Amino acid sequence: MVFLGLWQGLAAYLNDNTLPTPSAVASIFWRETVSGQLPYHLGVTLLRLAVSFSIAMLVGCAIGIVLGRSRQLDAFFDNWLVIFLNIPALVTIILCYVWFGLVESAAILAVVVNKVPNVVVTIREGTRTLDQDLLEMARCYHFGRRKTFVHVIWPQLHPFVMGATRSGLALIWKIILVVELLGRSNGMGYQLHLFFQLFDVASILAYTIAFVTVIQLIELILLKPLDKKAQRWRR
Amino acid sequence: MTAIHIDIRNKTYPAIGRAGVHRAIANLQLSLASNEFICLVGPSGCGKTTLLNIIAGLDPDFSGEITLGHQLKNPKIGYVFQNPRLLPWRTVRENITLALPEDHAPEAVDALLDLMQLTKAQNVYPERLSLGMSRRVSIIRAFAVDPDILLMDEPFVSLDAPTARQVRKLLVKLWKQRPHTILFVTHDLREAIALADRLIFLSAPPMRTISEIIVSVPRGQRNDETQVEAFRRKLLEDYPEIKALL
Repeated sequence: MVFLGLWQGLAAYLNDNTLPTPSAVASIFWRETVSGQLPYHLGVTLLRLAVSFSIAMLVGCAIGIVLGRSRQLDAFFDNWLVIFLNIPALVTIILCYVWFGLVESAAILAVVVNKVPNVVVTIREGTRTLDQDLLEMARCYHFGRRKTFVHVIWPQLHPFVMGATRSGLALIWKIILVVELLGRSNGMGYQLHLFFQLFDVASILAYTIAFVTVIQLIELILLKPLDKKAQRWRR
Repeated sequence: MTAIHIDIRNKTYPAIGRAGVHRAIANLQLSLASNEFICLVGPSGCGKTTLLNIIAGLDPDFSGEITLGHQLKNPKIGYVFQNPRLLPWRTVRENITLALPEDHAPEAVDALLDLMQLTKAQNVYPERLSLGMSRRVSIIRAFAVDPDILLMDEPFVSLDAPTARQVRKLLVKLWKQRPHTILFVTHDLREAIALADRLIFLSAPPMRTISEIIVSVPRGQRNDETQVEAFRRKLLEDYPEIKALL
């Protein structure tokens, strides 16, 4: 509330196009929502987010677990991992577009390639810290692969997966905007680019606020309850 | 009738850093009769846990042979580890049933929980249990799988004396109702006398058996500490080599 007041005051005082008042932003937000533009572009971006995030988490977890459990594979792929971690997002995006064309799958692939190394590193650390005593216990009582994974390994990886999820959401949505800006004709990134060319700061802010709100809601509605359920055994 | 025969010719640990090759076990032979309660007594660090891990199949890197009855492959093992090793994110009951096949009878678990006085705690997560209770859960889990051999690795260590006595009593009660072959590791001679049919004394590494003694105190009198103490004294007098181990 205080923040909104300050913003309103400062914007009214400056009376400049580059810092619109909150009320101006709100009215644009309303106009864009009613016209269907905002929900459409937001939806497109969220869909890309969901798809690329799911793929990145699945692939990253699988590779992370394998590397965490096998020392030889880890030694072999460690350098590659560091390389992929350090390739700038922009480079992978450009290369994907150049190699595979300005298509949806290239956009998704670019995001996935950017995110997977992060997931791998986090999950690999988690796998390395797996409790050997419990794994021995599972072996001794003939748990089998499925039971061991579901009841012994997964609960231990859970905090790491949640960590990767949180940092992943933050990272991915930023990359997605760049991907859209460079090679898509819809989505948040495309719209922001458009507004940038028109120097329409109010619209940029309206879209940003909408997006950040959605991400916050995901955290609140999806991740928090998941976390709570998984941590219920803790004192 | 010999149910289980253990013959380990050699178990060594490879050299790590400055520590040279460590020979843990040399020519160790044990025979266990069916449903016999055996206590292994030896100095700490003598390789008792190594021995149990070999028998449990957790450590395949040794030369020798373990014969559990007629079945060599996938024997059912009940292992009560030194730490209870319960899954903290599963309830007491889930910890027990996870070790069982999917089609187990729930009543059997109920009976065991009841016997070990844990019925009320069955839906609690292990972090809320006392150490004594966790140990009891781990004992139930080991009995529940109806094992070919039950391995117990100092399960009562670091319990206070009254709790240890209580859990020991419950263990004997359980074992009498559901006889199994038990290999129980301890370095507490009094505890061993209170529990075992037969004591086996083990040397410092490389581990081998020093002597085997049948506990002659009748089971009815094991709760009487003076009886246990008298047997212990006589034992130490008759076998002075044991004294050095304890």
